[in-house]
Amino acid sequence: MNITEKILARASGRQRVVPGDVIFANVDKVMIHDVSGPGVIKVFDKLKKQGINVDKLWDPTKVWVAEDHFVPSADMVSAENIVKLSNFTKNYGIEKHFKYGMGQYGICHTLSHEEALVLPGEVYVGGDSHTNTTGALGSFACGLGHTDVAYVLLNGKIWFKVPETLYFKLNGKLPEHVMAKDFILKIIGDISTEGGAYKTMQFGGSGIDEMSVESRLTLCNMTTEAGAKNGIVEPDQKVVDYLTSRGATNISLVHGDDDAEYQKIYEYEGSEMEPIVAKPFSPENISIVREAPSVELDKSYIGSCTGAKYEDLEAVAKILKGRKVKIRTEILPASISIYKRVMENGLLKIFLDAGVTVGPPTCGACCGAHMGVLAKDEICISTTNRNFPGRMGHVDSQTYLSSPLVAAASAVTGKITDPRDLN
Amino acid sequence: MKGNVIKYERDNIDTDVIIPGQYLKVHDYAELALHAMEGLDPDFHSKVKEGDFILSGRNFGCGSSREHAPIALSHSGIKAVLALSFARIFYRNAVDGAFLLPIEIEEDAYSNISEGDELDIDIRINEIKNLTKNKTYKMKPFSEIIGKIIEAGGLFKYKPD
Repeated sequence: MNITEKILARASGRQRVVPGDVIFANVDKVMIHDVSGPGVIKVFDKLKKQGINVDKLWDPTKVWVAEDHFVPSADMVSAENIVKLSNFTKNYGIEKHFKYGMGQYGICHTLSHEEALVLPGEVYVGGDSHTNTTGALGSFACGLGHTDVAYVLLNGKIWFKVPETLYFKLNGKLPEHVMAKDFILKIIGDISTEGGAYKTMQFGGSGIDEMSVESRLTLCNMTTEAGAKNGIVEPDQKVVDYLTSRGATNISLVHGDDDAEYQKIYEYEGSEMEPIVAKPFSPENISIVREAPSVELDKSYIGSCTGAKYEDLEAVAKILKGRKVKIRTEILPASISIYKRVMENGLLKIFLDAGVTVGPPTCGACCGAHMGVLAKDEICISTTNRNFPGRMGHVDSQTYLSSPLVAAASAVTGKITDPRDLN
Repeated sequence: MKGNVIKYERDNIDTDVIIPGQYLKVHDYAELALHAMEGLDPDFHSKVKEGDFILSGRNFGCGSSREHAPIALSHSGIKAVLALSFARIFYRNAVDGAFLLPIEIEEDAYSNISEGDELDIDIRINEIKNLTKNKTYKMKPFSEIIGKIIEAGGLFKYKPD
């Protein structure tokens, strides 16, 4: 069995599973946020009316809650959702609620690793499609809707069809100025937004071994854009160190067997990778940055679970140091813990000196919620994950998806720019 | 199950056009219905009728896990979406929440069925009759678990064996 199959076999109390098996997996961790939480509360209300008991959760210690999409509360409706969420966690005895304005908070997927909330080998489900991100820690991490999350909260388990696995092998390190974001955009361009549908996308090879945990998180994050059920990387000492430094204990790693099977293996040479953008209106609509259309950008947006981790912002700072932005540029660190490091290590000054607006952690304009949404005909380069019509605001706005390095270089020139071509 | 078709002849209809992100904070089902398909077809709300079907291409519902998407369609009156394929979270949200039927069709049905055609769908025999054109198409049968959850009326009513 491969790593995903082994995790699912163990979670469903079976010796062995094969792709296509339908299982009920016991869940180790579950996450809701200020969008899926109120959605789950609505499901609970419906269930109550049907006479189903919703008085107690299966295990409130395994549940954690983020406030990220519409915070700091964007308007009255969002404010009411935050109150609803707070009442819910209080009533059900959920202690891990990361509230904005009360210390550490941030984007749910970022907290999953920053706070070591999910461990290798665990089954982790969340009420958000980018839950896939956390598979970079060697866990089975999968996004679900409100009804499914409500089911997990009450029963501690959920059904899955065991997925086929696509294996993406990266031979050798990515060149300087090429980031994990470029690699995953390249993959999505190759296999399409449906290419991983219902499947596992696993990453391995010497290039992945060389990668930081945060870069692996970027890869797994955007397996969602290929339609995958989960993204995963076999955990190594880097993952153990990363989690241990954030307070995790009792880490036990699950690995695939030597004779693990994969539906298909794709091989990439690290040295051949280039900076990539995904043009409007799909993450699969890719171009090498040096061949991208010469458009006048209105904005550079550096944020989200995909592109505002510490490593991402460090890359941005390298470009912006001693330079000024030519177009509106926003940076929204993905969590308070990252924000603090950005401040302590002098990145904040670099950003402000460059002219950037630095905002609070939030999903913000990535999903068109608030904090810099796009007007009609505005063109944005963004470190986020999707560029469907209207994703970041007006349906006639345009988003180019890129790595943090490319978004920063483009902020400096006002055009889509390969960081290697900056003076 | 009879209804008329609203056809979107394209692939990758994503959750951002089914229900744009600005409405994610809304959890009133009737209000969500007012904004269904707003990102693609601002006239959807005025033309949709109770019992209608949507017909579309590949990878319907790709993107986010927002259950708002099947909810907005279902509360607009849509009983089934017929598509060449579905994105996974939209598909399981539609079934587990018992909002609407996600029906996988073949190319012949996709190209042959037109906007406004009246269909009669029988999921027991996996058959779609086009009453307007007097033609019959096969639908792809539901997998065993999906069939059972649909029959039960959603995940909470389904009793695993």
